[in-house]
Amino acid sequence: MKMIKAIIRPEKIDFVKRALEEHGFFGMTTYEVMGRGEQKGIPLTYRGKTILVDLLPKVSVEVVVPDSDTDAMVNVIATTARTGKIGDGRIFIIPVDESVRVRTHEVDPTMKQQ
Amino acid sequence: MALDTGTTAWLLAATALVMLMTPGVGFFYGGLVRRKNFISMVALAFIAFALVSIQWVLIGYSLAFGQDIGGFIGNLQYIGLQGVGMDPGEGTYPPLLFMAFQLVFAAIAMAIVTSGMAERVRLSAFVVFTLLWTTLVYDPLAHWALGGGWAMQLGGLDFAGGTVVHISSGFAALAVALVIGKRTGFGEYSLEPHNIPMTLLGAALLWFGWFGFNAGSALAANGIAANAFVVTNTSAAAGALAWLCASWLSGKPSSLGMVTGAIAGLVAITPAAGYVTPLASIVIGAMAGYICYRAMLFRINRKLDESLDAWAVHGVGGLWGAIATGIFAIAAVSGYSGLIEGNVNQFLANVAGALAALIYAFVVSYVLALVVDRTIGLRVSEEEEYVGLDISQHGERA
Ligand SMILES: Nc1ncnc2c1ncn2[C@@H]1O[C@H](COP(=O)(O)OP(=O)(O)OP(=O)(O)O)[C@@H](O)[C@H]1O
Ligand SMILES: [Mg+2]
Repeated sequence: MKMIKAIIRPEKIDFVKRALEEHGFFGMTTYEVMGRGEQKGIPLTYRGKTILVDLLPKVSVEVVVPDSDTDAMVNVIATTARTGKIGDGRIFIIPVDESVRVRTHEVDPTMKQQ
Repeated sequence: MALDTGTTAWLLAATALVMLMTPGVGFFYGGLVRRKNFISMVALAFIAFALVSIQWVLIGYSLAFGQDIGGFIGNLQYIGLQGVGMDPGEGTYPPLLFMAFQLVFAAIAMAIVTSGMAERVRLSAFVVFTLLWTTLVYDPLAHWALGGGWAMQLGGLDFAGGTVVHISSGFAALAVALVIGKRTGFGEYSLEPHNIPMTLLGAALLWFGWFGFNAGSALAANGIAANAFVVTNTSAAAGALAWLCASWLSGKPSSLGMVTGAIAGLVAITPAAGYVTPLASIVIGAMAGYICYRAMLFRINRKLDESLDAWAVHGVGGLWGAIATGIFAIAAVSGYSGLIEGNVNQFLANVAGALAALIYAFVVSYVLALVVDRTIGLRVSEEEEYVGLDISQHGERA
């Protein structure tokens, strides 16, 4: 299993949610985060002075999927969250050892729900 | 006449009540925008208040209430408040207090206009636009309807400034929105309110302050003030329930819809407050809730980004209020009859006053916005809009 942790633009979250749903992925955890990428933020110019707004709001989306679904999932997120401009986000793929469903004690319940 | 302490005390209190409405607009709007523009929205209201406070003392009051020039504008006799004193003269309260009471109306009108530029206005351009708008739009309109200008001579009834404050600001917001353009992402992804309880709190401040706005406009602590107080509350309640029901029929009865309806009711009763009965105010408020709700849907369907609905609520609600005053005024309340008692002229005078104000406010606001846009640029850069006005314009985070 893998955890796909995608840090995307806040205005893209609805699109990503819908696209994942269409591809049969329902479970997810999201939260609002502040982050900084390669460009260290957005420079704004004021009366000749440049101010760097470094931490920008993003949304983090976490989904745990079987290894076989990883590529499809990354692909769905990367295409729907993209605008083509800098700051579109990053996707991190993290190995997951085990997953337990609290209600039933099932180990590694299917990640794709019917 | 001698100074009347009851009247003077009430006007002092009413002025303070109306003052609170301007930050009230800021909090109402602030809850409706995204978090990154929350401070900006509240700050615009405060900045409008401060700018108009100074402008009014220096020149605005004189333009609105100085001696009439051709029905259009007041002269400069009161410039810098010279001759506006503590002595009540012919009246029962100090002219200085009347000046302050009118000042808080001028300020809130400007704050309402910020709806049309929400989340994208450049602060420096806003300062310039505010000074131009309050001088060239608000002051003449206040003169027409309240300061002895042509609408007043024609006999249009506007008890507490429904035309001057609400029609003008609502249509000005629409004009500004057309010039400044849609917010990035409007119609593409959701630009949902970030804090509805904040908006509810703003609405509470508005409803509370409106007692000063309308009952204070009796300019006396008397029966007419009591009538204005009662119809104000009744109309607000009817508007709240009407919008609640209208939104319930097509989905969930939202709290936001309810307070928006209350404000629609408050707007509509403003010109009528001293002339209509409490029973009529139920009709006026309920109709206001419904009409403004439809106006908002129309605005959304037409994909107009008059972002926080000042046009639908203050513009359209104000227009309905002016018409309703011409219909429901009855002689038993204060000696004026409307259509309901067969007085067609009153109705026509009201409609004429409202339409003239509407056209003047829309056209001049449009031109002023265009001028500011072409010279300094009304709108922030794409990056500034993206990071939000709190950071880009104020260097602060909510
Ligand atoms: N090395 C990193 N470690 C942890 N989080 C990161 C890292 N790089 C980026 N992020 C997160 O991803 C978010 C989006 O980053 P961003 O899209 O700017 O990435 P980038 O690599 O700079 O790509 P681009 O060149 O398209 O801007 C950041 O706000 C931050 O939350
Ligand atoms: Mg980057």
